[in-house]
Amino acid sequence: MLPPTLSFILRRLLHGIPVVLIVAVGVFVILEAAPGDAVDAYLAQLGGGDASLAADLREQWGLDRSELGRFIAYLTSIVTLDLGRSVAVGGSVVEAILTRLPATLLLMGASIAFSASLGVLLGGIAALRRGGMTDGVLTLGALILNAIPGFWLGLILIVVFVVWLGWFPHAGFGSINGPRDPIGRSLDIAWHLVLPVTTLGLTYMALYLRLMRGAMIETRASTWVRAARARGLPETRIVRRHMARPALLPVVTMLGLQAGTMLGGSVVIETVFAIPGLGSLAYLAVSQRDLPLIAGVVLAGTVLVIIVNILVDLSYARIDPRMTDERLRTGVG
Amino acid sequence: MTRSGWVGAIGLGLLVAMALLAPVIKPRDPLDLVGRPLLEPFADPRFLLGTDALGRDVLAQLLYSARVSLVVGLAAAAGAIGIGIGVGTVAGFLGGRVDGILMRISEAFQTVPTFLLALALLSALGASTANVVLAIALSSWPATARLVRAEVLSLRQREYVDAARLAGLGPLTVAFREVLPGALQPVVALVGVTVGAAILVESALAFLGLGDPNQISWGVMISNGRQAIRVAPFLVVIPGVCVALAILSVSLLGDGLAARLAPQRRYLS
Amino acid sequence: MAAGGSATAGGPTTSARPDHAALEVRDLRVRYRSIDDHGPDVLAVDGIDLTMDRGEVLSLVGESGSGKSATLLALAGLLPANASVSGSVRLQGHDILALPERARARVRGRGIGMVFQDPGGSLTPVLTVGSLIDEVLLVHRGLQGAAARAETEALLARCGVGDPARRAQAYPHQLSGGLRQRVAIAAALAAGPEVILADEPTTALDATVQAQVLDLLVGLVADEGVALVLVTHDLAVAAAVADRIAVMYAGRIAEERPAGELMERPGHPYTVALRAAALPFRPRDRDGEGIQERLPELRGRMAAAGGTGCSFAPRCPLATDHCRLVAPPLEPFEGGLVACWRAGELAEWPGVESPEVEPEVPLAAIEPQAVGWPGQGA
Repeated sequence: MLPPTLSFILRRLLHGIPVVLIVAVGVFVILEAAPGDAVDAYLAQLGGGDASLAADLREQWGLDRSELGRFIAYLTSIVTLDLGRSVAVGGSVVEAILTRLPATLLLMGASIAFSASLGVLLGGIAALRRGGMTDGVLTLGALILNAIPGFWLGLILIVVFVVWLGWFPHAGFGSINGPRDPIGRSLDIAWHLVLPVTTLGLTYMALYLRLMRGAMIETRASTWVRAARARGLPETRIVRRHMARPALLPVVTMLGLQAGTMLGGSVVIETVFAIPGLGSLAYLAVSQRDLPLIAGVVLAGTVLVIIVNILVDLSYARIDPRMTDERLRTGVG
Repeated sequence: MTRSGWVGAIGLGLLVAMALLAPVIKPRDPLDLVGRPLLEPFADPRFLLGTDALGRDVLAQLLYSARVSLVVGLAAAAGAIGIGIGVGTVAGFLGGRVDGILMRISEAFQTVPTFLLALALLSALGASTANVVLAIALSSWPATARLVRAEVLSLRQREYVDAARLAGLGPLTVAFREVLPGALQPVVALVGVTVGAAILVESALAFLGLGDPNQISWGVMISNGRQAIRVAPFLVVIPGVCVALAILSVSLLGDGLAARLAPQRRYLS
Repeated sequence: MAAGGSATAGGPTTSARPDHAALEVRDLRVRYRSIDDHGPDVLAVDGIDLTMDRGEVLSLVGESGSGKSATLLALAGLLPANASVSGSVRLQGHDILALPERARARVRGRGIGMVFQDPGGSLTPVLTVGSLIDEVLLVHRGLQGAAARAETEALLARCGVGDPARRAQAYPHQLSGGLRQRVAIAAALAAGPEVILADEPTTALDATVQAQVLDLLVGLVADEGVALVLVTHDLAVAAAVADRIAVMYAGRIAEERPAGELMERPGHPYTVALRAAALPFRPRDRDGEGIQERLPELRGRMAAAGGTGCSFAPRCPLATDHCRLVAPPLEPFEGGLVACWRAGELAEWPGVESPEVEPEVPLAAIEPQAVGWPGQGA
């Protein structure tokens, strides 16, 4: 018998398989729809090649088979984690993705943490000050932030904080001849990430602010908060434990739903700030029309979103006991 | 309608006026080189908002860009909502295995990072306005589909649906003629959000150079202005403000309409 | 005055002074300002007096809009921001209405505990029930960790929760309605209050569980010597557990007498109507809703206010022109107080003396157009 958490993760991973399969079909259709194939792209990069070389390569890469045959070959290659060769980076797609993954994970993780915690904090304040000036300013601010394109906000932040004030480095993931020791290097990376994380975080913060505000207005009017008051608890304790904590649930749900959107948003943000992550890899692939690479990034992004959602559900079970298994179902009657 | 809804309506009205009056106000091609490069705004009365690094009129580009944003935003949202309504109605009404398959597909579309999907589509099909519309529509229909499906599921049990069925109408006729109209109301709440998201994605794609290369748009302007951002930040600021105002307008108007049509569903969006 | 009050009013039972009633309410008025500032104010409680001793159960009975819940919220200090209160509420002799909010919060829990109608809704869903009680022990009694948990389990056990160690780790949704209400009662008791306010504590529960929870509350009154104010719309519940019953109508007390005497010989026509509604074999108004529908709402009454006449007169079969012109004062009547000009004559009306004997006949004898009279429409 597996521990419940592990079996939950396994169940969710199994559930993700059809999703990945559907996405793979979609990606395959897109690849097939494109004029020309990988061989054409490869030969174009080499500066041309004769027809026999093309035919050899097609046979070697399995491109001479029927559509079904090609699809099966494609699926097989996915299962064996071979996503083909990238012309743009001149190496295997999987390798390119894995090299770029850490930067994106760091950017996304920090942005999710930043946007969610700030959104929860400000949304909570707005709910407590409902109808007042503070609430009005925060709600309007959220509406505006929601409407601002992230790449534009990033450029504005660069103008203000890099060009005018000179507080932060312009771009990149770390200084080229920066410190070599682990601590110094971490600080250097963190320093480079301040602006991108602020940009990505702020554009998604509005959503969490609105959600938290709405949820906390509801919990604030709940009977259990009135009951907590009747028990004579201090107001700060009531706000933290009896209003804010139950109100977190919809925010956490949204974190999972937004993971994909945020990954998409990071494409533009990574290009603006020249961060060597999955997003700028996707941009590179698109600008070079490197179809195997863009297909690989889409698949990798899907898997990443599935994993993020599993993590979100695990933490959801921690804050909402109603989500947990039936084992604890104690006294009935 | 709510006061903020009216603000949104006025904003959208201005945007439409910009798009329609562009050829009247600025008859020349907005991509023509007409003046000295990098003129500051208000420095020359002929170029009220200045010129860009190549000496093109910023105001003219701004006006013509409104057309692209509006057309792409509305068309993509219409496409997304259309697909969503179709899929949602069929899934909700037929139920069973069809429902299961359609919902799995929509789940896949909700899981895959849709912006990456749009990138893949554009790189396969080539950059054009029509393909941008297609890419955005294909990547943003599931929300509508799930909403419509839920409504249809709750409506299809009603008596008038049984009556229509007994009258001998086919299942899809019943679904689209009798059930769907009742399920549409909550979709209104999604229209503003969907149009706003489409405008946002369009600007991002254009910024990355994946829009129609012969069309000026706000995203392209921001991308061009980026080269001169140190000396002329207004080239980035102005079109960005336009994108934000456009999205703000449609979402305010959408919220206002939704609140008016279905006050009890205020929190849905 | 405020300093002395805040220092001791909230203290545990040691500060109880025998020369003071546990709870003494004088001329309590609660007025709700309309939320949008345009509508008229609503006077929910219109000057009531109550006195309670330790170990006593007083039941406030009335329908929705009678002001019983507003009274309870005023005593607990939980009225919404648009309500204003006047009069005095003395807990062990200290006026708690005059306290600033901080000191008032200390009184809640420590001086006055409260039990709500909906036991599911009154427990925070994301916290274990044990931690809910631990929290009260920490805030009011400074207990922490194992000491707090031991006390929590003892409280749960005293409130009839079996296997308290395990149940303390359960979340509210994992418990049945009856168990949840027991937990809520334990949480209300945790800080050692002298008065417990219970707002329809059994209305949401099954009949058998209702009786068990009422037994628990009455038992606590006897064992702990607390005073219990039980608010209910059901006169049968009140009669089963209360020492005294105060029947409220339109923000005032219509009749307040020892439970047995009130049930036996009601002094107010409204009590007669309530009693008929509460009896198990009442002819038509089986659900008790019948009466409620026909009683004028609070708003309607306030429109007619200005205060002329008895507020029950429009629905009273015994009303005279005098009743409609002059409001009756609350006057001594057979061991208690009754506000009715014709209280003395009521006993002579058929059906009032002993409804259990032949309910159908006397009720039918009453004029059918009498609004709100039980059996109307029969």
